Amino acid sequence: MRRVIVSVALLGAVLQAQHEYAAADVENGGRQYVNNCVYCHGPEGDQIAGVDLLHGRFKRAVSDDDIVQIIRNGVPGTGMPAQNMNENQARTIVAYLRSAAAAPASTLTGGNPARGKALFEGKGGCTGCHRVSGTGSRLAPDLSDIGMQRRAVELETALLDPGSSVLPQHRFVQVTPKTGAPVTGRLLNQDTFTLQMIDSQERLRTFIIADLRDYSVLKDSRMPSYKDKLSRQELADILSYLVSLKGVK
Amino acid sequence: MKKGALFLFALAAANAQVTFDRILNAGKEPQNWLTYSGGFASQRYSTLNQITPENVQNLELQWIFQSRSLERYEATPLVVDGVMYTVQNPDDVMAMDAVTGRIYWTYSYQNSPDARPCCGRLSRGVAILGETLFLGTIDAHVVALDAKSGKPLWNSKVGDPEKGYAITHAPLIVKDKVIVGMAGGEYGIRGYILALDTKTGKEAWRFYTIPGPGEPGHESWQGDSWQHGGASVWVTGSYDPETNLTFWGIGNPGPDWNGDNRAGDNLYACSVVALDADTGKLKWYYQFSPHDEFDYDATQIPVLADIDWQGRPRKVMLWANRNGLFYVLDRQSGQFLSGKPFVKVNWMNGFDERGRPMKLASAASSKTGTLIYPGNQGGTNWYSPSYSPHTGLFYIPTWDNYSSLYVKQDQDFVEGRTFAGGGPRNTGPATKAGVQNFRAEDDIYGAVRAIDPKTGEKKWEFKMADVTEAGILTTATDVLFSGGHEGYFFALDARDGKLLWKAPLGGEVRSGPMTYMVNGRQYVAVDAGNSLFVWALRQ
Repeated sequence: MRRVIVSVALLGAVLQAQHEYAAADVENGGRQYVNNCVYCHGPEGDQIAGVDLLHGRFKRAVSDDDIVQIIRNGVPGTGMPAQNMNENQARTIVAYLRSAAAAPASTLTGGNPARGKALFEGKGGCTGCHRVSGTGSRLAPDLSDIGMQRRAVELETALLDPGSSVLPQHRFVQVTPKTGAPVTGRLLNQDTFTLQMIDSQERLRTFIIADLRDYSVLKDSRMPSYKDKLSRQELADILSYLVSLKGVK
Repeated sequence: MKKGALFLFALAAANAQVTFDRILNAGKEPQNWLTYSGGFASQRYSTLNQITPENVQNLELQWIFQSRSLERYEATPLVVDGVMYTVQNPDDVMAMDAVTGRIYWTYSYQNSPDARPCCGRLSRGVAILGETLFLGTIDAHVVALDAKSGKPLWNSKVGDPEKGYAITHAPLIVKDKVIVGMAGGEYGIRGYILALDTKTGKEAWRFYTIPGPGEPGHESWQGDSWQHGGASVWVTGSYDPETNLTFWGIGNPGPDWNGDNRAGDNLYACSVVALDADTGKLKWYYQFSPHDEFDYDATQIPVLADIDWQGRPRKVMLWANRNGLFYVLDRQSGQFLSGKPFVKVNWMNGFDERGRPMKLASAASSKTGTLIYPGNQGGTNWYSPSYSPHTGLFYIPTWDNYSSLYVKQDQDFVEGRTFAGGGPRNTGPATKAGVQNFRAEDDIYGAVRAIDPKTGEKKWEFKMADVTEAGILTTATDVLFSGGHEGYFFALDARDGKLLWKAPLGGEVRSGPMTYMVNGRQYVAVDAGNSLFVWALRQ
């Protein structure tokens, strides 16, 4: 298994990574972070005053073990609740925090969210596949709360090089029924005998696998790169718009 | 019609939004189940006719959804064009394939730690309009979700959970509004029903179930008791498009078991209210149990029917109440037409000329305990009844031979704390699924009971050795589905109550069955224990 050694530059009281973490830990920790932490701490980890989780700045923690204990037990008298997690689950979050700290920041800065919204719905053609707050297609993932789900640097990558990291929950699937034309849609679920998708007409559909000639889960992205389609300022505008999308709790 | 045209029609239907017109005419598309009770009249009756008394024994389990909550499962799913929408307690919503039970998406609502519903951290289901689902939560929010993705579109706080306000029932859609009511009758709330704009979540109107100063009915509360008088709402109402009235059953006054400090009738506790669906203005009310001290919530489903009444057609409301009486009301005017015990009742001995029950002087909660029939859970309760236009009979999940000893205690109101004023004691052997049953022939029992609404007379009953909190579904082929605490789900002949089929599910059936059709095959679904079970005829 590939090992990732994470190190963080010391900045005053900034805490340094003390362990090596596996890539799978980082990936699982990212999911746990989004599911359990992001509402208060934000995708960049800096929504609580005096805390910058993704850059190793904590109020109380001195070691990785301290972070694990705080995740599991909370901090009495503050807004930090105890999370119902075992030690290994909590440790994956630490792995994600350390990994994120090592990642570069977004280079698309200085964007204007209002201009970005106009580009998203107009020149960019994004609503042809994506939906935000009830407007746009449901074929690709709904982005209403993408600013709470992904970091700016991740969104930048998705705009410039969308094929580089397609999350499993964003995969497409093509099925060919024994009778009838092939159907392509976004994969929603599958088991040994059935497969669920939302198709290009936005219908929730289930296919019985025994009734298919074949099917294929597509790991590549359906999304074009916008690297050469929009200027850097336009890309920065769209990025700032995406970062502003916090959804409904 | 050409085949091509038929195909196009089918495709259009599969893509169509659930317009208000579709809900109004839900009976024309029996393959779907578009509201909690199957339609605005809340008859829980389906015209699907594939499953019959002759073939029902060929039902075969198709799939089970085992929920991840240990809370009892009291929901009724919706089905729209092959997609089922239901809840997982307390407030998750799921879309699943109605044929296989496989999940398309799950939405998990994070409740406030202040949520404190008295009687189960649960939801009984969702409502749909267009491509939007609506959920009421136990921390008193209403959430709108995209039906295709489960993404929240808006989230409106409509009550204070720390004060005991909660929503546990499936919302009701009327036109462009979503209507909900507040649970919390055991916490000294002041109940209300409110309508929100389905597009924005903004409040359109609010009806307080306890009138404020200057409003008619306020005089029915002693002193400031109206401020903490309960009168909650926790089952879904009905709607009559002809009069544009929406009907809701109102819960008990508080404190539940001690009325000493709330002298008066305590309107509109234990009543049905008829509200203008556009404005929330009260058009009429009928109070089943004035000055209640026995927890006789009128939180039953208002069942609307058009029947022959004394020789002429009449638009009525059929109501088997927790207080043990079966009522027929004129749903346009609220006029009392008849009332008759459907179980053993000892708290009243008839009605005056205006339909007010004549309560016995001895029927009052006391410090030493007063024996009252029916007991605290009622002759029936929130469990959905059914009316079959085909048989003309009304079917009630019933507890009979059932009493409680009502004991009152003094209690001061403390915000957010239980405000009950004592409590009932069971007088018979209380049984529950999984516990040994020691009842004798003359002890409490549960039953499905068929009533002729024209006379109030019992036509037949199907007795159970334990009680029931299962709703009832009837179909055009005279098959009746129900269940009970023992964990059986069964089919009866709706004409005579004969047992046709049964399935032991291993968990109490505490929900209303429903039925739907996909690809020409009829399905029947019910929750039991913590799981949802779905059957169809063996192929």
